[in-house]
Amino acid sequence: MFHRLGEATLNSFEKLGRGSWFLWFTLRGVFEVAARPGLLGAQIYSVGVLTVMLITVSGLFVGMVLALQGYTILSDFGAEETLGVMVAASLVRELGPVVSALLFAGRAGSALTAEIGLMKATEQLSGMEMMAVDPVKRIVAPRFFAGVVSMPLLAAIFSTVGILGGHLVGVGMLGVDDGAFWSQMQATLDYRDDIFNGVVKSLVFGFVITWIAVFEGYDSLPTSEGVSRATTRTVVHSAFAVLVLDFLLTALMFGDF
Amino acid sequence: MQHSKMVTTLVGFFVFLGIGGLFFLAMQVSNLGSFDNTQGYLLQARFENIGGLKPRSPVTVSGVRIGRVSAIFYDTEAYQAVVEMRISSNYEHTLPEDTSASIYTSGLLGEQYIGLEPGGADAFLKDGDEVEFTQSALVLEEIIGKFLFSKADEVKPE
Repeated sequence: MFHRLGEATLNSFEKLGRGSWFLWFTLRGVFEVAARPGLLGAQIYSVGVLTVMLITVSGLFVGMVLALQGYTILSDFGAEETLGVMVAASLVRELGPVVSALLFAGRAGSALTAEIGLMKATEQLSGMEMMAVDPVKRIVAPRFFAGVVSMPLLAAIFSTVGILGGHLVGVGMLGVDDGAFWSQMQATLDYRDDIFNGVVKSLVFGFVITWIAVFEGYDSLPTSEGVSRATTRTVVHSAFAVLVLDFLLTALMFGDF
Repeated sequence: MQHSKMVTTLVGFFVFLGIGGLFFLAMQVSNLGSFDNTQGYLLQARFENIGGLKPRSPVTVSGVRIGRVSAIFYDTEAYQAVVEMRISSNYEHTLPEDTSASIYTSGLLGEQYIGLEPGGADAFLKDGDEVEFTQSALVLEEIIGKFLFSKADEVKPE
């Protein structure tokens, strides 16, 4: 029993170490990526552009639900006018970065892992090495940086669409005053404390999710079962990482220490 | 790559959407568009009690916001709270020297803000000046306490 516990501990440390080395090699690929923006563009397309539709629809509905739920509670206190503040603050600070990160992990992270894992299983990566092309720089780095670039943009789209959805329900359906909706929002939300911190959060999430995704793909067993397991691990681990990091970042940014 | 041109266009559109969203959040949702925090001039005011006033609380004249509270600290010699306000430079040389400052609450439970009331003096407040006449925040517990004591006094003489 102790042997197995020790083995599991050592294995997880070993994986963390391999992951960190892998991240270092990926980050060194930044010059390759900068030299060939076409590679980055194609990856931003498959990681970011194809996720926009999902993000937009989810953001719209999350914003609408927030407005509906918030209205029923706020109207008990006669404070319907603060609906805009509630919708915007919860979207910009928490839901925007977190929910779009979870969707991003499910939509783009899993695809990245499966793609790289299959490339490994069909020995395309070994083939590249034979031709003296570094697969980390040619395959992994563009995908990684595409994810880091796309994530904040996706979160911003999510929050924007969500606030517009909240406006649609709050002002359009429930009859909250249009001026109060926007002016209270502007009076309460701060561009540095709220908007900028939201962007920082989504940058961190994008970094961690794509790191996990490309590493799991690259590190997967080169069999169909191995690839499927790696894909599952990507989604589970990135969801965990996002939720835990969100707590830590919130405590750092909005806490009083 | 056949669709390379379309891919580039779509990536451009995506980046445009994302940056547009950020711009919308900064200008329409937050306070970046309405007031620049580094512009304007500073005034100081001393209060016995500032209640729930916080940095970035609004400073208003006749209900119009002309600035924000930039800092609050405690003067250990005078035993008073010192509130530093940054007033928009649009309103420079418009507040008379005998302007008074009071701390009000918007609504019954709303946030607290500073209301300035212009006086009649000919000279105007300048950068770094102090507002002489101030009225502290009303603390709800104190008012209730006073009310209860006055009621108790009414009952006593039998």
